Amino acid sequence: MAEFIRFDRITKFYGPLCVVENLDLGIGKGEFVSLLGPSGSGKTTLLMMLAGFEQPTAGEILLDGTSINAVPTYKRDMGVVFQSYALFPHMSVGDNIAFPLQMRGIGKAGIDERVKRALDMVQLSTLSDRRPSQLSGGQQQRVALARALVFEPRVVLMDEPLGALDKQLREQMQLDIRDLHRRLGLTIVFVTHDQSEALTMSDRVAVFNKGKIEQIGTPRQVYDEPATRFVAEFIGETNLVEGVVETVQGAEATVRLPSGAQIVSAVSGSIASGQSVFLSIRPERVDLSETRSEGRNVLETEVTDSVYQGDHLRVQLHNATHPLIAKLGRRSREFPPGTKVFAAFSAGDCRVIAP
Amino acid sequence: MPMKVAKATFAMLTIIFLVAPLIAILPLAFTSSVILTYPIPSWSLRWFEELFFADAWRRAIFNSLIIGTGTTLLATALGTAASLGLRNRLLFFRGSMRTLFLLPMVVPAVVLGVGMQVLLAGFGLTNSYIGVIIAHTVVAVPFVVVSVTGALAGIDERVELAAQSLGASPATVFRRITLPLAMPGVLSGAVLAFATSLDEVVLTLFVAGPNQRTLARQMFSSIRENISPAIAAAAFLFIAGTVLIGLVVVVSRSIMAERR
Repeated sequence: MAEFIRFDRITKFYGPLCVVENLDLGIGKGEFVSLLGPSGSGKTTLLMMLAGFEQPTAGEILLDGTSINAVPTYKRDMGVVFQSYALFPHMSVGDNIAFPLQMRGIGKAGIDERVKRALDMVQLSTLSDRRPSQLSGGQQQRVALARALVFEPRVVLMDEPLGALDKQLREQMQLDIRDLHRRLGLTIVFVTHDQSEALTMSDRVAVFNKGKIEQIGTPRQVYDEPATRFVAEFIGETNLVEGVVETVQGAEATVRLPSGAQIVSAVSGSIASGQSVFLSIRPERVDLSETRSEGRNVLETEVTDSVYQGDHLRVQLHNATHPLIAKLGRRSREFPPGTKVFAAFSAGDCRVIAP
Repeated sequence: MPMKVAKATFAMLTIIFLVAPLIAILPLAFTSSVILTYPIPSWSLRWFEELFFADAWRRAIFNSLIIGTGTTLLATALGTAASLGLRNRLLFFRGSMRTLFLLPMVVPAVVLGVGMQVLLAGFGLTNSYIGVIIAHTVVAVPFVVVSVTGALAGIDERVELAAQSLGASPATVFRRITLPLAMPGVLSGAVLAFATSLDEVVLTLFVAGPNQRTLARQMFSSIRENISPAIAAAAFLFIAGTVLIGLVVVVSRSIMAERR
């Protein structure tokens, strides 16, 4: 995929506070990239710099090979969707969507035609004459989306666009935006703090922490192969167990836990034997049984609590030195507290992470 | 229940306290007597005729309109510009700056009047319409600043950012987004500026010559010279005008509310 946007060693200070630190990131044409991280991690600031609302303290932003640092926002040709929708309250829905076309000097007939198509695209054709204040939150966000797409911008930037919507509507909009991305071949940069949203929608996810990117990769990579402890904990739920590396063979390492158990685990990054590490074990990859299974990692544990949560059964376990959580399928049998069980998982289902 | 009665009574008394002077003067506008006293012998519109046909009063009304219009235009332009400037987050001492703009509201008018006269004399502007308009503008600007600042504070900054990202230059953002959204505030600021000018006596005494006698100034001097019921008629005009202005403000506020 050809690189379209490039952040080249971007640094941003607010006074003495460094919010983005020496950051490099490339985004391909037609790619959907999510910037995921907790608030204050610099993801929104990066988006604001791409839109031209903020200037980087150092570094360069390139669009299609040319620097846009000195290009003012209104000449950058980027559609921005805000969490607060930011519709023009004194204009009708139709006029809101017509605005970017008027700015580009398109004739009245052309504008009418394209506004109509944009409204059809977000299924709001009948509401063209309404004021934004007369629409529901979901409808307002659709208008904002239509307004940001109608002028066929080079890049679409979204700053937590679904944050103000309720859960059901949010999930519907996630799928709608994903669908639009595919159909129109848009390049989208999407800021969110919701990890499931990032996993659902993106081609690639960049996980932000303290002004830096901890890891960038496909949703599958950041979830299954977390590179750092932060990524493992921020995306999804995980069990982190301390241990010491005994041997490393290719992509697998043997780790000894404080309880004495030996675990064979997949490795990402450079790990040396003798090193103290964390093991990340996803709760849904753990199986429980009363017999020891062969060929897999096994921990002897005791059930401390078991909670039925509708779509899964959440079992809290404890072995000699550390707690463990297992998420079992809906059809799993119950494990009453006090039951002694073997927790089993394959080498590919856990990950060695350097501390 | 007794609490409710007490509240209603208190509200009633407050309203009476505020409007009693008006109620006292208004009927006298329609007296046929030549002096400003009760009882009223019979009803007549002769003092309104006097107001519109006597030279001094006619000129005063005319002057008030000229000076009021000039003040409104100047104060609205300056006050709006000041409010826009005060929005800038990077401005040093923004809080103190805002206070500075509101200072003419609290400085005693006599002090301002003396200063203004000395200053305008230096530029040869005493006894001129321009001089009076400048003086009135100084006291009218704070009302515009307060009103427009309030309207601007109600604008979501992201709306303006969105307009920029959609291809609007800063000038276009101002013309198409900021100004229309602030317009109700600008209008009520303008109305307040006009009302301030209409009502202003002290500064007018200091800086206006005989050719710039405003209605308020004319009322003031006619009280000293002869207590004629023409004053009551003029007061009636003022009150009618104020009610009209009040209506404009209320309507523009409700338009603003509708837009939100």
